[in-house]
Amino acid sequence: MHIVVCIKQVPDSAQIRVHPVTNTIMRQGVPAIINPFDVFAIEEALRLKDRFGGRVTVLTMGPPQAEDALRKAIAYGADDVILLTDRAFAGADTLATSFALAQTIRKIGEEHPVDLVFTGKQTIDGDTAQVGPGIAKRLGLQLLTYVSAIDALDLQGRTITVQRRSEGGVQVIQTRLPALITMLEGSNQIRFASMDDMFRSARLTVPQWNKDRAGIEDVSKIGLKGSPTVVSKIFTPKPRAVKAQMIGADLDASGTANAILDILGSRHPRLAQELGLIAP
Amino acid sequence: MAEKFDAIVVGAGPAGNAAAYTMAKAGLSVLQLERGETPGTKNVQGAILYADALERIIPDFRDDAPLERHVIEQRMWVLDEKSFIGTNYRSDAFNSDQPNRYTILRAPFDKWFSGKVKAAGGLVICETTVTDLIQEGKKVIGVRTDREGGDIYADVVILADGVNSLLAKKAGFHGELEAKNVALAVKEIHFLPEEVVQSRFNIKGNEGVVIEIAGAVTHGMVGTAFLYTNKESITLGIGCLLSDFKKAGIAPYTLLEELKAHPAIAPLIEGGEMKEYAAHLIPEGGYKAVPTLYGEGWMIAGDSAGLVNAVHREGSNLAMTSGRLAAETVIALKEMKLPCTAPHLARYKAALDDSFVMKDLRKYKELPDILHGNPHFFSVYPQLLNRAAHTMLMVDGQDKHSKEKTIRGSFVEQRSLWGLVGDAYRMWRATR
Repeated sequence: MHIVVCIKQVPDSAQIRVHPVTNTIMRQGVPAIINPFDVFAIEEALRLKDRFGGRVTVLTMGPPQAEDALRKAIAYGADDVILLTDRAFAGADTLATSFALAQTIRKIGEEHPVDLVFTGKQTIDGDTAQVGPGIAKRLGLQLLTYVSAIDALDLQGRTITVQRRSEGGVQVIQTRLPALITMLEGSNQIRFASMDDMFRSARLTVPQWNKDRAGIEDVSKIGLKGSPTVVSKIFTPKPRAVKAQMIGADLDASGTANAILDILGSRHPRLAQELGLIAP
Repeated sequence: MAEKFDAIVVGAGPAGNAAAYTMAKAGLSVLQLERGETPGTKNVQGAILYADALERIIPDFRDDAPLERHVIEQRMWVLDEKSFIGTNYRSDAFNSDQPNRYTILRAPFDKWFSGKVKAAGGLVICETTVTDLIQEGKKVIGVRTDREGGDIYADVVILADGVNSLLAKKAGFHGELEAKNVALAVKEIHFLPEEVVQSRFNIKGNEGVVIEIAGAVTHGMVGTAFLYTNKESITLGIGCLLSDFKKAGIAPYTLLEELKAHPAIAPLIEGGEMKEYAAHLIPEGGYKAVPTLYGEGWMIAGDSAGLVNAVHREGSNLAMTSGRLAAETVIALKEMKLPCTAPHLARYKAALDDSFVMKDLRKYKELPDILHGNPHFFSVYPQLLNRAAHTMLMVDGQDKHSKEKTIRGSFVEQRSLWGLVGDAYRMWRATR
């Protein structure tokens, strides 16, 4: 079994500051981490490997410094890592990113056919949750988003059964392999690496793939050129000026109701008229 | 199969990085273990970088080290509740090509330093805590970490695990830190746009200002405060002896809040956004508190060896120097094919004794005791100095001779003539 996990190195959004004068995001000095949702994807893949054998390849697209994220993946116990990095990828939106990753996974599969692809449910910097589904569609994989647990994997029958969080509750879904799974937060806890894996990580030279190595020929589909998304404006939302209004608990039920109606009526005169609170 | 190295360095602060870099550069196989997520995440300092100590390790560090500002002006302030009296030294000579003091932020600086260790061929492993030294009889032969399969072996282990060296304590190399030998310092970093920092301190480009502060802000405890200018921020901190904090029952952050509100300080940080706060212990016991520095298969360097010159606010330069000297000892022994036994590692102690590290610590060896026994240095004198300045500057119809008499009177009244003479003598003895 071969599992590919797609991860992204992101700035730790908990530590991002906004420049007080220019209102732009200050990335300087903000630590880069593995997108927290992707960590659950790595662990789930490693757990399947522990149970069923096989190999786990962790893939990321990003600038050269993203190799730190892959080094960490090796420490957790991944077998291989690939850093997809090329100036041609710069400025990619989710469409161009999922194209490049899908193409790379196809290339990886030529050597070792891929049974499962894992991603986190979304990134904390983009919040779109589009790249995983984009990859699945392009590679014709069965798509399972927001997965919280894997109930069964049948390698002979080529099926997988998962629990998927949906609005109404939990869906238990069985589908056929190959599939792409996006993992929900809290579904597992990342392991504490062994000393051997720490050594492997510290000594690793991270393999870098450029667009040619990944077999990408059509440059109109990658980077800024392949990205139809337009950022028209970036701004810091103003804190809401309106504060919650407190009503004292010393009134009885009807008194409280009347106090609320009074406040509503004073804010929305037309509503007050319709409710007959004030004369038309 | 357990790994074996020429040397293991525990800790990635200035001492550990200096040691690991020096040995790796000389071609030794070096493993450095750090418990923080990346080097620097657990390390706290003011921070001033003294160029000389680093220059002897990485001569061209100025090319790529993340430095904040080079210091061109040093102010020393003595505060009472409302006012301060002080001195300034500012010189354009500090604007040379190779300035000798810089303000730094330790997180990026330590990361840079560690990068140099890796580039020199050292193996750096973070997020890994050394829980024990592996000993064979008295001889240290390796370390045990908190990870599965975590035993690693080496010919020598250099402990650079910081002020509260739990490893050295556990192995019985030194005892519990005494509260009177350690200062507790707290600091905050306030973000301000570069232009604001420049205009507030009358500096341009990367010029920087340092203010060392003593007086009422420590409530009579033995301690000082400081203010350092960074590129886009101001670091403000205060520290006093732990034993004094305990006696006074005052929380460190209370002192920092009072310092921030002091009329001499408040305008300098006004409008800043606090983006970081930290606390740290500083070993200030001086010469007499320095533990045994080496033994069978081990050496200890930096804060973990108590190598801090509290009088001159120097620590990281002593740390780097001791780390380098420990490394050079190992390199020399390897070249001579000698084992890292205690008699051979005694060269490290000899080299330290011969350097400014031990010479400076010896010079001030009586000072900690004198300050413990004479708290008025931190309470009475600041008041008297400020009052004296105030008296002289007030033009109020009183003649100058009478004013001088009043000032003299206030000193004698507070400390008595013999007290003053005694204080002068004690200070002379402690610093000669």
